[in-house]
Amino acid sequence: MNTLSIILGLPLLGFIINGIFGSKIPKSLSGGIGTISVFLSFVFSLMALPMFIENPDYTVKLDLFTFLSFDTFNLRVAFTLDRLSLWMTLIVTGIGTLIHIYSISYMKEDEGFYKFFAYLNFFIFNMLLLILGSNFIMLFFGWEGVGLCSYLLIGFWYKNADYGKAARKAFIMNRIGDLGLLLGIFMIIQQFGTLEFATVFEEINKGAVSVNTLNAIGILLFIGAMGKSAQIPLFTWLPDAMAGPTPVSALIHAATMVTAGIYLVIRCSALYVLSPIANEVIIWTGLSTAIVAALIGLKQNDIKKVLAYSTVSQLGFMFVALGCGAYTTALFHVTTHAFFKALLFLGAGSVIHGMHHEQDIRKMGGLKSKMPVTYFTFLIGTLAITGFPFLSGFFSKDEILTIAFNHNIVVYILLVGSALLTGIYMFRLLFVTFYGEYRNHHYAFEKVHESPRLMTLPLMILAVLSIFGGLLNLPHYLQHEGGILQNWLKPVIGLSNTSQHEISFNTEMILVSIAVLVFVTALLLTRMRYISRKHIPQEQTPTGVLGIISNKFYFDEIYDFVFVKPFETMSIWLQQVFELKVVSKISYGIHDILRFFGGLNKKIQNGNIEYYLMFMVIGVLILLGFNFFN
Amino acid sequence: MLGIFQNIEISHYIYLSCVLFCIGLFGVLFRRNAIILLMCIELMLNSVNLLMAAFTEYMGDQNANGQMFVFFIMVVAAAEAAVGLAILVMVYRNTKKTDVSFLDSLKD
Repeated sequence: MNTLSIILGLPLLGFIINGIFGSKIPKSLSGGIGTISVFLSFVFSLMALPMFIENPDYTVKLDLFTFLSFDTFNLRVAFTLDRLSLWMTLIVTGIGTLIHIYSISYMKEDEGFYKFFAYLNFFIFNMLLLILGSNFIMLFFGWEGVGLCSYLLIGFWYKNADYGKAARKAFIMNRIGDLGLLLGIFMIIQQFGTLEFATVFEEINKGAVSVNTLNAIGILLFIGAMGKSAQIPLFTWLPDAMAGPTPVSALIHAATMVTAGIYLVIRCSALYVLSPIANEVIIWTGLSTAIVAALIGLKQNDIKKVLAYSTVSQLGFMFVALGCGAYTTALFHVTTHAFFKALLFLGAGSVIHGMHHEQDIRKMGGLKSKMPVTYFTFLIGTLAITGFPFLSGFFSKDEILTIAFNHNIVVYILLVGSALLTGIYMFRLLFVTFYGEYRNHHYAFEKVHESPRLMTLPLMILAVLSIFGGLLNLPHYLQHEGGILQNWLKPVIGLSNTSQHEISFNTEMILVSIAVLVFVTALLLTRMRYISRKHIPQEQTPTGVLGIISNKFYFDEIYDFVFVKPFETMSIWLQQVFELKVVSKISYGIHDILRFFGGLNKKIQNGNIEYYLMFMVIGVLILLGFNFFN
Repeated sequence: MLGIFQNIEISHYIYLSCVLFCIGLFGVLFRRNAIILLMCIELMLNSVNLLMAAFTEYMGDQNANGQMFVFFIMVVAAAEAAVGLAILVMVYRNTKKTDVSFLDSLKD
């Protein structure tokens, strides 16, 4: 049996079992099935690893059947496992397993337990579909599938109307992006007559289409990526998506699904290398997202919202790297980000669990002593994301900064600013949550408790990964033959790597020093404000520039005003004026006419059989008469 | 014996059939008892049968096609009467009436 069918099939099987029999089997079994199916999927991907290490061009293919076929155009349900998709598969199933384990404990009390695991498994299946598909349409199926799962899981506690709205918002925002992706796919069909990755990229490398076309396709695909990976202007759904259970935020809205946009661009690297305008669009979108989201993150008081904006901002970093053509670097940051952001989210989940569903950091504080494991792992996560030297985030972010420096000094400076902001909001979160005085008067400090072992175990594993994740792609000054990931991806991405060789050792050292300096500055600034001066975020919203920031730059309000309100006004007009004055008039008019003529005929049908027979006889006589006189 | 019928003119047969048919028809139209309705329908059918037999003789058809039809009609009429009477029995059991004007509940 093909490895691919096992990797793909197991989560699907878990989904089917949990989906159909979930309500009838005990919770432990349903959680176990969900977890084990993903874990086995992870094991099988690991087992495929040695073959890929031996042979750089090794691929596993699974060609199932033709989904659609026009005269020369075939859509095959086919999957390919190459080095890029294997890397992503390992992240998705690996992190997925940890989060499944965590969820068993986190969701223990929930009545929709089996449903939760069914959705999670379905999500993993769709994510694998997205990663492993060997043509654009398979990718699109997975793309829509993860969107669906995201919707279902954001609205998991659907009895809360706000959560339902958040789910719909995410769904609709994603649809807008998907339209771009679809148009891009249509354009690819029109230009290349096929959707197979291999054929399309071969054609592009042969120079079969013009640069303008490539730019257009690149931008359209990127619009899809913008929706899924929460970039400006389509990022507002991700912070709202925090309505879902915390493991979902960790798995879908931090570690895996939101990186689908990055994966798409990496997968299409052959296209993006040749489309300079699309690259510029990506850089500036990513950059503005990185800064704006980081600014908003400064003033958020919900522990999960801070992390959500942090995710948006980090995704912006990744897109900057992609725009600069540094696909390896972006994937490296995807990987390390998956480690430390999953860790941070699960840590936040542990805090929320320990505080009995309190998410407001103003009502926390001093949790360090009560939740030592959570605190310690959260600290590691924070250090990793803020770029503490030699933790995973330090290497990946430093690489992005170096690339940006190489590309454009303005981009570099702005990114450094964003990195500084990252440090500030993360340390603020850490200090306000775990240090200082306990501030919640409704929930006694004594009742705050550390989470059970099943939840802290994934935290510890992820903490180890966050510390050592940087080893996956060490920079040049530490490893001369290039990082593991860079060499790993060479056969898949090929010519598109911008080289870091142009930078001299000295420049590189200066850049590293700046990164360290940024980290230290952020740490000292926040330490001074939140520990020395014991500052606590205020209840009332500030005015001026800070007010704008704490109101999230009024993005939601602007969208509301520009898109939602006019649409609503039009709908109300249609309902109250057009519907009543035009549609009803027409339909009631037709109704009245029919009723009038019906009334005339009604008298004939009076239920007396004699009458009917009489009319029948009269009819026969008339027919006979016709016959007679003609 | 056969000769007697052959000596009667065709026009007499036609008159007789017409009269029988009209009796049946008006019976169907103006009577309300379902059993009488069935009988009247039978009468109409038999008037046609009579006409059919008479015309066969009149045309001197050696194959007697018309008379063949008479038998078909008689069989069908018997089946129809059986079904009709069965329905009537059921109607009577449910409503204790054989009056057709009473059966108008499908009107609304």
